[in-house]
Amino acid sequence: MCSNSGGIIKKISSSLEKKEFSCTEITEKYIDNINKSDLNAFVNVCEEEALNIAKKIDEKINSGEKLSLLEGIPMSVKDNISTNGIETTCASNILKGYKPIYDATVWSKLKENGAVLLGKTNMDEFAMGSACETSCYGRAKNPHNKDYVTGGSSGGAAASVAGNLSAYSIGSDTGGSVRQPASFCGVVGLKPTYGSVSRYGLIAYGSSLDQIGPIAKTSEDASIVFDCMCGYDSHDSTSAKVDYKNTFEHLNDDIKGFKIGIPNQYYDGIDSEIKSSLEEAMKKYESMGASIEYFDFPEVKSALPVYYILACAEATSNLSRYDGIRYGYRTEKYSDINEMICKTRSRGFGDEVKRRILLGNYVLSSGYYDAYYKKAQSLRSVIINAFDETFSKYDAILTPTSPVSAFEANRKYSSPEEIYLADICTVPVNIAGVPAISLPCGFDSKNLPIGMQLIGPKFSEYKILNLAHQYEVFTQYENNKCLQMGVIL
Amino acid sequence: MNYELVVGLETHVELLTKTKIFCSCKNSFGDEPNTNCCPVCIGLPGTLPKLNREVVNFAIKAGLALNCTINLNSRMDRKNYVYPDLSKAYQISQFYSPICTNGYLELSSGKKIRIHQIHMEEDAGKLVHKAGDVYVDYNRGGVPLLEIVTEPDISSSEEAREYIEKLQMIMRYIGVSDCKMQEGSMRCDVNVSIRPAGSRTFGTRTEIKNMNSVTFMTKAIDYEFKRHIAIIESGEKVVQQTLRYIEETNSTQSMRSKEDAQDYRYFPDPDLVNVSLEKSYVNRIQDELPELPESRFKKYTEVFGIPENDAMLIVKYKNVSDFFEQSSINLKNPKMISNFIIGQIFRNIETESDREKFDILTTPNQLNKLAILIEEGKLNMNLAKKTLTKMLETGKGIEEFVSESDMKGLSDEEIEKLCDDAIKSNESAVKDYLDGKEKALKAILGFVMRQTRGKGDPLKIEQKIIEKINCLFV
Repeated sequence: MCSNSGGIIKKISSSLEKKEFSCTEITEKYIDNINKSDLNAFVNVCEEEALNIAKKIDEKINSGEKLSLLEGIPMSVKDNISTNGIETTCASNILKGYKPIYDATVWSKLKENGAVLLGKTNMDEFAMGSACETSCYGRAKNPHNKDYVTGGSSGGAAASVAGNLSAYSIGSDTGGSVRQPASFCGVVGLKPTYGSVSRYGLIAYGSSLDQIGPIAKTSEDASIVFDCMCGYDSHDSTSAKVDYKNTFEHLNDDIKGFKIGIPNQYYDGIDSEIKSSLEEAMKKYESMGASIEYFDFPEVKSALPVYYILACAEATSNLSRYDGIRYGYRTEKYSDINEMICKTRSRGFGDEVKRRILLGNYVLSSGYYDAYYKKAQSLRSVIINAFDETFSKYDAILTPTSPVSAFEANRKYSSPEEIYLADICTVPVNIAGVPAISLPCGFDSKNLPIGMQLIGPKFSEYKILNLAHQYEVFTQYENNKCLQMGVIL
Repeated sequence: MNYELVVGLETHVELLTKTKIFCSCKNSFGDEPNTNCCPVCIGLPGTLPKLNREVVNFAIKAGLALNCTINLNSRMDRKNYVYPDLSKAYQISQFYSPICTNGYLELSSGKKIRIHQIHMEEDAGKLVHKAGDVYVDYNRGGVPLLEIVTEPDISSSEEAREYIEKLQMIMRYIGVSDCKMQEGSMRCDVNVSIRPAGSRTFGTRTEIKNMNSVTFMTKAIDYEFKRHIAIIESGEKVVQQTLRYIEETNSTQSMRSKEDAQDYRYFPDPDLVNVSLEKSYVNRIQDELPELPESRFKKYTEVFGIPENDAMLIVKYKNVSDFFEQSSINLKNPKMISNFIIGQIFRNIETESDREKFDILTTPNQLNKLAILIEEGKLNMNLAKKTLTKMLETGKGIEEFVSESDMKGLSDEEIEKLCDDAIKSNESAVKDYLDGKEKALKAILGFVMRQTRGKGDPLKIEQKIIEKINCLFV
């Protein structure tokens, strides 16, 4: 077992306490890594701000005050999460120069807990994409092989954790945007229950699907970060008022007798190497005393079209406000306001965003609303009910995170649907609003990471993190190369 | 051929909530541009709306006052359109399931104008044109509105006027809006069509947008009625379109035709949860609803015996009616108060808006005291009117103008004595009276009243004098 077992958050925290290195030193080390890196994981590095915070934390350490677990840990935030005074662009030209005047709830919670923000991470433009290739800053690169994509949309976040450019990172997941890049980059990504982490300050893509989640080296790290992020927020009406279980305290629960369901439909047509890797994982769970049972889950077949209809409908409305009037990019030459708005949007948005705006407008138009939007909504209920029923039989379900491992960058697609298929294993979770985690479970013949996904019922983060952590411990983190590459001074 | 006018109204009323509908910014009119704004109401990326409970309460009140069904489950929808004063490029409104449906407002004729629905929504900001440039003021963005939509039940401009005036009155009574059309806190869209008298099918309608005065609204309706008739009589067809009313020429002008109509692409707002109400919650609001003008009018005319015109004048203004209610407490004859208000107080308050405010220097309690003195016979009407005038001018209490001894009134012994004196000093008048000249009694009464400097109760004194004269011969 490598020296970073468990995770790096506790490790860095204890080193800070023991004064093995200072917060300034570890922050400088990460900034140095970022500056030397060619992964294009960051779109904006906050060197000065980070070092200022680090200095304050060092003063605190020197005065003998006790630190909380996340205090002084250098981290990063996806570029669609609002950070007061720090440019937040969603990797889109249309928001170039936009500096929010308020903090997203999730960022203010982490800030209060002493998080050291290294910068904002690269992403697909407005989180629309599965490869981090639609960013206006160019694609982020996969640390395992730079010719391969990171996955998306939180590609910069996953690459920054895998490439030791941040201890952990905050991403967002609308259809798999935390889990799929985590899987491609060989790290852990948690998509929490819809409503468990406030969306206030997250620049909306598909509001009924969006959820902020952590990307980290291990389940333990993800658990520590999630415990700090979750909770009711009065700014977000969709935020849930429930008793949030501390997931960290449940990491070492015994999983003996756990029932894990294997939905057949998730394994149709997936890469054979991924399939065998998942089958290995199933055996490990059986060895740990959990039961494995295959079952039919035909309802997920409609998840992809439902997702693209609902997400695009919401996106088209969410993105209409970018008109060049109040903030962000505005075209230079125009003769009247209509031309100004039209040119600003034509130039400010990239192709994929425009495609989804058009699709969204189409499905909401009078005459088409019933055939698309309304039908998608009713199918959504069918999928939600199917998940409810599944979880009356199983504690969790185990699936691949993606039908393929990371693919080569700059690939030409015959149609947009081809890349939309990359989301097929992740979108059902967003449609149902349930939590899911992706964690490394092996490598393919190209030495690229393979990710597995554990899905649980609403507010069962403590259970799926427990299952994930137990797997990591049982396999002695052997599938977690990124952990072994951990950055310790 | 005879034609029948068919009118439906969509009325927007701005609510008097303390804060805006989806954020905690102040809801107030006439402040410096862009001072009542926050990230939420200027629609900054990532912000989320949070429905103000007070807006829901106001919507329920309005619905109950207009006899609507209050839907225990309703939902907010997004109405998508692009305009610089709309910061999110969609207005949060209710389209698929509004909070109130199926109500009515009754006109004085007894005719019921059915209310199709009432829904909650946010107002947009405002464009300000200045020296060739256009600015946007987002203070009004997110101000809560109710949109009250009637069925096409109105058949004359007079009915439309009565509907709007009654609606204003009701909204003011329940305290949800001040309904000032000139300030824009009440705006009205009018749908007009015509059909042959007696027909049940509808003609093609035109919509006149944003009427901001009742008078112009009635003029616009009359103008459209004539215009539609002229078109049909000439064998042509009315074109469905949106119009604006031009005050200067008393005519309408096309804004956009049906083909240019926007597709608002309504869909449920995913940022807001369903508005779910408990029946008991609605019942509590029902119980707390103040007495409505209709019911006050009935009470004033049928119980208090106030003439209809006077009762209407009191009921019309909520502040006046409230003042009336408070100052009539424990009075045998509340009509005295309405006479004071209409005959005396209104003389110096002439404009509608001043009457609406009813900002006067005396209190209901003071007027009540004055009326009680009159009822107890301690103050005669002449002196009372003079006293009230002084009270209204100075704001001072009744005690300043009517002395302790005045207020105590005359004791029975004093009256006896005064009457005895008067009979002695006016022998000839007594003789005339005994000779059957009823008028002579007034001279004796006048003598007594002069002695009391007006504070005695003339009726009581007159009785006493008659009694005494009759006694002379027993």
